[in-house]
Amino acid sequence: MLANRFVALVLWCAIANPTVVFAAASVHEFTLDNGMKVLVREDHRAPVVVSQVWYKVGSSYEPSGLTGISHLLEHLMFKGTPDVPGGEFSRLIAANGGDENAFTSRDYTAYFQTLEKERLELSFRLEADRMRHLLMKPEDIAKEAQVVAEERRLRTEDQPEALTHERFQAAAYLTSPYRNPIIGWMQDIESINLDDLKRWYQQWYAPNNATLIVIGDVDPARVRELAEKHFGPLLPSDLQPLKPTAEILQLGERRITVKTPAEVPYVVMGYKAPTLKTAAEEWEPYALDVLDGVLDGGSSGRISRNLIRGSQVAAAAGTGYSPTDRLEGLFVLAGNPAPGRSSAELEQALRGEVAKLREELISPDELSRVVAQVVAADIYQQDSLFYQGMRLGILETAGLGWRKLDDYVQRIQAVTPEQVREVARKYLIDDQLTVAMLEPLPLEGRRAAMPGAAMGHAIR
Amino acid sequence: MPNRSSIFKTLLALVLLLVSGIAAAVPEIQHWRTANGVPVYFIPARELPMVDAQILFNAGSARDGDKPGLARLTNALLEEGAGAWSADDIADRLDRVGAQFSASSARDSAVISLRSLTDPRYLQPAVETVARLLKKPTFAPDVIDRVRQQMLTVLRERAQSPGAIAQDAFYQALYGEHPYGSPPEGATASLEALTQADIQNFHQRHYTAANARVALVGDLDRSAAEQLANALVSGLPAGEPIPPPPPVPEITSSQTVRLAHPSTQSHILIGQTGVSRADPDYYALYLGNHVLGGNGLVSQLSQEIREKRGLAYGAYSAFIPMRQTGPFLINLQTRNDQVDTALEVAQATLRQFTEQGPGEQALEEARQNITGGFALDLAGNRKLANYLGLIAFYHLPLDYLQNFVSLMNNISLEQVKDAWQRHIQPDRLITVVVGGGENAPDSSAQSLKKGS
Repeated sequence: MLANRFVALVLWCAIANPTVVFAAASVHEFTLDNGMKVLVREDHRAPVVVSQVWYKVGSSYEPSGLTGISHLLEHLMFKGTPDVPGGEFSRLIAANGGDENAFTSRDYTAYFQTLEKERLELSFRLEADRMRHLLMKPEDIAKEAQVVAEERRLRTEDQPEALTHERFQAAAYLTSPYRNPIIGWMQDIESINLDDLKRWYQQWYAPNNATLIVIGDVDPARVRELAEKHFGPLLPSDLQPLKPTAEILQLGERRITVKTPAEVPYVVMGYKAPTLKTAAEEWEPYALDVLDGVLDGGSSGRISRNLIRGSQVAAAAGTGYSPTDRLEGLFVLAGNPAPGRSSAELEQALRGEVAKLREELISPDELSRVVAQVVAADIYQQDSLFYQGMRLGILETAGLGWRKLDDYVQRIQAVTPEQVREVARKYLIDDQLTVAMLEPLPLEGRRAAMPGAAMGHAIR
Repeated sequence: MPNRSSIFKTLLALVLLLVSGIAAAVPEIQHWRTANGVPVYFIPARELPMVDAQILFNAGSARDGDKPGLARLTNALLEEGAGAWSADDIADRLDRVGAQFSASSARDSAVISLRSLTDPRYLQPAVETVARLLKKPTFAPDVIDRVRQQMLTVLRERAQSPGAIAQDAFYQALYGEHPYGSPPEGATASLEALTQADIQNFHQRHYTAANARVALVGDLDRSAAEQLANALVSGLPAGEPIPPPPPVPEITSSQTVRLAHPSTQSHILIGQTGVSRADPDYYALYLGNHVLGGNGLVSQLSQEIREKRGLAYGAYSAFIPMRQTGPFLINLQTRNDQVDTALEVAQATLRQFTEQGPGEQALEEARQNITGGFALDLAGNRKLANYLGLIAFYHLPLDYLQNFVSLMNNISLEQVKDAWQRHIQPDRLITVVVGGGENAPDSSAQSLKKGS
């Protein structure tokens, strides 16, 4: 989703936009007696297996005061159990030639290992162990909160565009938990305590809130045996339904300014947009996905053609839309003005592109170009075991079910120019828009009088 | 090391049994030259109907001369117009067949990558397009100006990033006037002065058959792969081979560069000159570095800086082998008031590692991670294509992939220790610290900060 190869635009906090899919017929699905769902996809190209455990919990599950707790818990999941002491998990995986990590998003937390195929059982044994038997020690929590604070400084505080994007999200949503950053606000990272974490772990880390996804050179029957052996004995939790967290209706355009030391201005704009989970009409998210491709599907998209090459108002610009969010989302446009052009000019140009989509039908050529890209990407994405798993996991944890993959390409192919215009008219409207502008302060000077958080923590 | 669990021992036994099995799965590289003499490296992968192609040129920023940014700008302009096609035409031609194209350049190499479906209806237009933009880029003046402005924007973005400022300062301190010292992204004054003639000359000299390599992975038989390689590069002029960059002088004394930046963290780089790709010591250094800082949370630097002390989110070390001696570096970021502690811990960890070596058990575990995980590195066409590109560009042997595991298995603890002691002198380090917030000291070197 980058329209300028030089400039990495910050469009999303979330991890990936699973735009395209493979024939899902080859996925084996079964559920253990304790409610844990297991998905297996055979890929015999190399003697390798990826194993992922996905939990339905992330920053959008967090109440105020506890933002970032899902991510902090993810860090603590490497700190040991009675059977596998702190540090051993990573050492065992590494000494077995494995790769491992974890990631937290708004709607999910996931853990993965990549291993030579014969060593899949090691992954199951270790993941099953830490699903129910994590030890949390106060000294580990204090140290890991520091590590996460450093992560926040690295990824957000000291990155002007990421900081702008964080404030943009907070302004765009009033009641939706999508207003909070995945990593959490600094004051929450520093005040979450052992009891909070224990409750969070007990509440969400259970087989009936987890999906196990295995992709690689494996036999599904054998995977089932191993899953029953290691995950089968785990007790399920009594999962409480979430309180409603829907975003209230936006009643007019919102604008914010972010002043921070920087060199390059940045504009980010987002319109409230439905997702596969929230849409009233099932076709709408697919039409928005095509619209996204028309604007920014490669170098031939309208953003590159008209704003970077044509009017040259943008040095870099792009759009982003994630149809798989669990809650109502945003259709985002963002960019840096070219030297000598202003943020206001870039905003007007981006709004102009949106207006054209409301007024005119996209051409058959544009539509077929987007479809060709979707069809090709559907093949390309099968090259990575990891991303095959990602797409299944994202759909499962959003509550959509992995079978949404089955007809994705057909759904995209069925979108008409009229439908693209219709979603533009319905959703890409001024009253549903939030705009954030990064206004650079001199790098030599001090940070703007920024109350509390950022600076206060930086200097003792 | 403490806390070894019982399953660990069982699994170690398993590791040793499986090594030969993994080695057997390593694909053979096919190698030939195109009609006009360009070396081609090919691995068939018949499972998915797609192909990954890389065309690599000796055309990185080490060839910039006194015009920093020239290699990058030339590379970036390839897709911006060719023959009668405008940038819009090129983008349309590639996107409507679902092809994915990218052009990139670093210090040594410039790489053009194409990913396409292998159905000829899609592949042929994509290949025709890439071949033309390699051979006949137009370099129109108005397009040069636009892309120049984009690169100037990149420089301004780098000036707001403490990590990028630290990288540039580190390379400059390490390499000085050597071509590796200036950033591939270029510098403001130089970019502003580049002319169409500069770019045309650079292209004519470097984008030639004598200076190119092709790497292919995908759903093709040998004759289809031969045709594809020919189609991509047959139009290139013969050209002359480009001599390697000059040797890199060793650094003679320690140097610390501190640059003020209004960031909440300080970015730290510590290092010195490391090895070249051709240096046989690279493998012992790489294996040792896996213990010191190349193996994620398990490595000593992560353990000391992150796991024991909570000082940083990430702390790692790496050798970056290049045509000539590339850097060895340690990288971490920490809150401004913790810089001195983090520096002390990182330096002490490095000193102890070079003096005492990695330790028998730590070395075996690192070795098992590398050899046991080698199959992971080869799982997927893109990963294979990247390996092939490396082998092609640096003239590594054709059996490199086959031999890698046994090469790693045959390096002794003593060899690791010896290689580290010969290459790394902990009393002669370049240290760069960028950050400090508003009260930071700044050891002059304003020119570094501006990237000019």
